[in-house]
Amino acid sequence: MATFLDIVQLKKSYPTRAGEAVIVDGFDLRMEAGEFVCLIGHSGCGKSTVLSMLAGLADITDGNILVGGREIHGAGPDRGVVFQSPCLLPWLTAHENVMLGVDRVFPHGRAEERRRIAEYYLARVGLEDAMAKRPDELSLGMQQRVGLARAFALAPRMLLLDEPFGMLDSLTRNELQDVLLELWQRDQKTALMVTHDVDEALFLADRVVMMTNGPRARVGKILDVALPRPRDRAAILDDPRYYPLREVLISFLEEQEHARDAVGSEAA
Amino acid sequence: MGAPAEALPRTDAGVPFFEMNGVAKFFGGGGFVTEVLSGVNLEIREGEFVAIVGFSGSGKSTLVSLMAGLLEPDQGSIRIQGETPDGPGPDRGVVFQNYSLLPWLTVRENVVLAVDQVFPEKSAAERREHAEHYVEMVNLTPALDKRPAELSGGMRQRVSVARGLAIEPRILLMDEPLSALDALTRGTLQTEIERIWARDEKTVVLVTNSVDEAVLLADRIIPLNPGPRASLGPSFAVDLPRPRDRTALNSDLTFQRVRNEVTQYLIEVQSRSAPATSALGRSLPDLEPADLRPPRARLGR
Amino acid sequence: MSTKARVIHGFEVAGLDVFVPVIRLLTGEDPGQQLAEFGRNVGIPLLALGACLLVWAGVASRIETSIGTVPGPAAVWEQSKALVADHYAEREKEARFYERMETLKAKFAEQGRAWKERRYSGKPTYLDQIVTSLETVFAGFVIASLIAVPIGILCGLSPTFYAAMNPLIQILKPVSPLAWLPIVMIMVSALYTVEDPMFEKSFISSAVTVALCSLWPTLINTAMGVASVDQDHLNVARVLRLGWLSTVRKIVIPSAMPFIFTGLRLAVGVGWMVLIAAEMLAQNPGLGKFVWDMFQNGSSQTLAQIMVAVFTIGIIGFLLDRVMITLQNAVSYDGRAG
Repeated sequence: MATFLDIVQLKKSYPTRAGEAVIVDGFDLRMEAGEFVCLIGHSGCGKSTVLSMLAGLADITDGNILVGGREIHGAGPDRGVVFQSPCLLPWLTAHENVMLGVDRVFPHGRAEERRRIAEYYLARVGLEDAMAKRPDELSLGMQQRVGLARAFALAPRMLLLDEPFGMLDSLTRNELQDVLLELWQRDQKTALMVTHDVDEALFLADRVVMMTNGPRARVGKILDVALPRPRDRAAILDDPRYYPLREVLISFLEEQEHARDAVGSEAA
Repeated sequence: MGAPAEALPRTDAGVPFFEMNGVAKFFGGGGFVTEVLSGVNLEIREGEFVAIVGFSGSGKSTLVSLMAGLLEPDQGSIRIQGETPDGPGPDRGVVFQNYSLLPWLTVRENVVLAVDQVFPEKSAAERREHAEHYVEMVNLTPALDKRPAELSGGMRQRVSVARGLAIEPRILLMDEPLSALDALTRGTLQTEIERIWARDEKTVVLVTNSVDEAVLLADRIIPLNPGPRASLGPSFAVDLPRPRDRTALNSDLTFQRVRNEVTQYLIEVQSRSAPATSALGRSLPDLEPADLRPPRARLGR
Repeated sequence: MSTKARVIHGFEVAGLDVFVPVIRLLTGEDPGQQLAEFGRNVGIPLLALGACLLVWAGVASRIETSIGTVPGPAAVWEQSKALVADHYAEREKEARFYERMETLKAKFAEQGRAWKERRYSGKPTYLDQIVTSLETVFAGFVIASLIAVPIGILCGLSPTFYAAMNPLIQILKPVSPLAWLPIVMIMVSALYTVEDPMFEKSFISSAVTVALCSLWPTLINTAMGVASVDQDHLNVARVLRLGWLSTVRKIVIPSAMPFIFTGLRLAVGVGWMVLIAAEMLAQNPGLGKFVWDMFQNGSSQTLAQIMVAVFTIGIIGFLLDRVMITLQNAVSYDGRAG
């Protein structure tokens, strides 16, 4: 398949009083259309920065990001973003929250068609009975379901997920992973997700991209996850390949941690 | 369910160290009663490390409050060494998720406050030394004179653990002590909790939502079936040698088996209560999204 | 939600929480607990009020002033009834006057003489004064809000605009209404020179004074609310490529709504206090003027009448606050329960 996303020598830095603080430097990544890639690394390593630049919410210091062969300019609904916090507008119902974007993206559709889009996705994420509820009546897990529905309803060409389940407990997280995987499988969207949860990455991704610790973070290793799809959690856990794959990720993260400790003790 | 099939080793005279029998808790009044917990049975032997794993909002906090004596059960009984405790007391130390430190006191003062309450017979210098000993145990001696606002989340939780331990409770209850922390700090504190437990041989109940954390720390894992009417599931014994190393465990077959068993049990109970995801009878209209990208007028950047 | 839950929610939004136990009681919900709650919410305050009245009655009769004994609760109650009766008597007089005019007019028409329309010119009654005061404070509040909300939004959105406005706000905010009033009166006299004016000059100057003093809380709260809009919510707008106006309309204003309403509520409170002072000083019609007139009057009824006015002012102030709380709860997403 053709390259859909091409990130070339991406760099992000901020000027500080002590000079330039380089968060990410020389980050390269190519993704095929329809691929699911997880970006894993320790907190603060700059993985969310990469995603923000890709979403157009942060400026690029240097390098290029091409989506479908075109350089990106600012944020836009062609790249659906799901943030760590559900970011629903608290004064709108679940349905209205989804409609806000749908009205914007499908201005040429009839009102009834737009309504159908929102309802379709809300039903798909299991909120058939909760469409008229406001965020404060929904649990955090349910709110993030709305967040997923909103992102998919905009028919983006690409999905960007910034630790979308990071605020959920690890059991609710499993539920949401199933919902996400189901949506992704049907819609065949190219998806890039940032996470620090090893099991989450293995369960969802075709490839796991491991990022080195900052400063000057970049791609360290890439792991192909050749587990069969559609994925069933129980079957995956019993797959003989699962724990060896998990081992690779854990060891990488451990290595990075030690590297950081070493740097830390030198500095001290 | 609840009481495991195999007989538990008992303390003296066959009385379990900590015991809950048919405990139920209701909330609300009049037409709005909900039964949060129902038929909870639990036996813990002395020195045991038990992890209770459950979904958030499934009644975990209610369970801890009952154990700590902050809430009274509406049905059933709670006993410590055969006696029914009268309200909360220093025999049960509690570490809460949100640290609950007093912001205007330093680390030392926060711990001393608790020590003063429990050991009034000691001299001020002894109490101070006692508090410092436990602060040292959680590796926070350099921060003794700092206030909570100057500490990171992980450090605050350590103070909270030190305070919980300093009152030398007979049983230490931890309500998701690590879930507000990032993965790395979590790992460090997990190691520390295991170390302190091994040294003090305290009876510990850890409530958590992480199966990994439970397998890493506990002797026994008990899932909490999701509420309303939450009850305890069957026990899963964790027969892994200590001290346990997180990285080495990954390739350990026992670790993999217990982890998979507990996870699969939770997936099963969860699939019974999760909302159905279906779009039955719904269809999408055939619409292409509008191109909202700015026109490609400029050359280059 | 069940019908009952809906009704209870309605009462809560209206700030009538004290009656929630009554509803629960009527629907047969744990009577003991509900009665206890109702007793605490209604019984205790009533008892406390009763105790205050007793102390007042006991103390009042012992104090002699230049214009007689200080009136007790009973005397004040009598006086308030008298003021209301006075109102109806005045209205009746007015009605009779117009009746007479009608017959006269008919007579004039019979005799073929020219008829000149005459208006009744009785003195405004106590209730008329209340209505005037309410109208004035409402006008002032509307003027203040129309100025303060847009400026507040701009201040919140643009740090530059805020920096420009800030010194002006900080200096003008603490100015007393008594200092504004003369300026306003002179300016109104100079500028408001319409033939056959729709509003009295005094009305305009009172309302403008109220507005000048009550726009600050709204302005500051609006600016704060707008400035503290969640960055996440603004990111939603960016991803959707919403325009400036849509972002303000769909994201910023709803998000700042609770703050704006807090400001508006404070503004009504300030406005009501300022109004009484302004009316008193400027001799504009209204409750303030009533108090002043009674004071100048110095009859044996004076103290009782002023006390009636004090209670009226207090109760109206309280009701205005309640109305604002209700509006705030109804409009804000973070009001009680969704």
